[in-house]
Amino acid sequence: MSVLSRRKLIKTGLAAAAGVSGLGVAARIAQKYGLVPPDHGGVYGLGETLTYASQRLLTRHSLAREFSRSQISKPPLANEMPPLSDEFKRLQTGGFSDWRLSITGMAAQPASFSLDQLKSYPSQSQITMLQCEEGWSYIAEWIGVSLSHMLQVVEVHPQARYVVYYSIDPDWWESIDMADALHPQTFLAYGMNGDELPVGNGGPLRLRLPRQLGYKSVKFITHLTVTDSLKGFGKGLGSASPETGYAWYAGI
Amino acid sequence: MLSHPRFYWGETGNVLTPPLFKLPLPASRALVPTGYGYVLPDQNGWSRYLHFQAAWVVVLTGLLYIISSFFTGHLRKNLLPGKAGLSWRAFSMAIAKHLRFARPSAEEAWSYNLLQRLSYLFVIFVLFPLVIWTGLAMSPAFVSAVPATVTLLGGQQSARTIHFFVSLSLLLFLLVHVVMVCLAGFRSRMRAMITGRAGTHMEGT
Repeated sequence: MSVLSRRKLIKTGLAAAAGVSGLGVAARIAQKYGLVPPDHGGVYGLGETLTYASQRLLTRHSLAREFSRSQISKPPLANEMPPLSDEFKRLQTGGFSDWRLSITGMAAQPASFSLDQLKSYPSQSQITMLQCEEGWSYIAEWIGVSLSHMLQVVEVHPQARYVVYYSIDPDWWESIDMADALHPQTFLAYGMNGDELPVGNGGPLRLRLPRQLGYKSVKFITHLTVTDSLKGFGKGLGSASPETGYAWYAGI
Repeated sequence: MLSHPRFYWGETGNVLTPPLFKLPLPASRALVPTGYGYVLPDQNGWSRYLHFQAAWVVVLTGLLYIISSFFTGHLRKNLLPGKAGLSWRAFSMAIAKHLRFARPSAEEAWSYNLLQRLSYLFVIFVLFPLVIWTGLAMSPAFVSAVPATVTLLGGQQSARTIHFFVSLSLLLFLLVHVVMVCLAGFRSRMRAMITGRAGTHMEGT
């Protein structure tokens, strides 16, 4: 081996080492500032991390587009869903008067709310688009209480980093970071287009997250829990979606 | 695409609204009435992960390529047509020559001809930027920060439709390219692409 190529080899080696340790430092900083998604492992982890990190830096406070009343889709699409459980049907027969939403975890006043109680908090409405990862979309007026308001009611601890939320369908649960949880357009929606939220669209209670794809807007919400780590939930990938092969962050 | 092989124009579109056109394919979702009577298996999860990771590769290497082509003179020397090439006469001659499948003369074989230059410029400065733009226009989070990305295109479903046609054009460009590489001599062309040196000037082989 000539001197020149040895020198080149050493240089390349040093550059590679610097590159790898630079990446290590970058990863640590990203982790500290909450720029790493829970499904960052595996072959697609780098792409997911780049997307999530750059969008968190760019879109932390930006508002989803709102539309005019004339742009509301008529009729609103109710997409296919798994058959409803007997438990759901029982609650439906009772006009959802026994439907409860419990909020637990890192909060000083964990509590459980009926729909009437939720409706007694200041209601808000937004005309936003629901966009499915499959390619279709519709616009509707969503009426509800902002999630950030309910998190204030239960007095969430400042260390909270994620909100995990569950459908009555045990296979459907999701989580979001606090940037999304405290975002003014993140709703617990109980109404649509001036009426009750239809069952086909997620009624009686659905989370609405207009800056992410539809599968994050979980239907039939019964339980929320506030946490500082997603490790203990399911396989630790953040939600049910990555466990079935879909990205945790769906702001794309 | 397979989960919803229907395309629309404007902001919204779903099975309750009339499509601009439908692809004659079965869908991977039972919701879509395709008339085929069966539903393909769902492949959206991993293919979306792959798609967005590949998008980062395209954006980052594309930026590097464009910036370096400005500084190394690649753009000026190899891609922009010379003054002589910018006349209608030169253009029509190049087309006529291309349609006759005339073999390039010896000195022409060392650089890109007018048609090659124009198609590369179109792919680099029109198709790739457009595919990235229309892709970003479909991101609900990105458009919340930069709404003009989607409103300039006429809506989120318009962006999806344009994205489909632009990616189809890029695919066509790739396929035609591969065919031409094969016709021009697969081994020598691949060697030239990888080493940056053309066949007869090979060094050390």
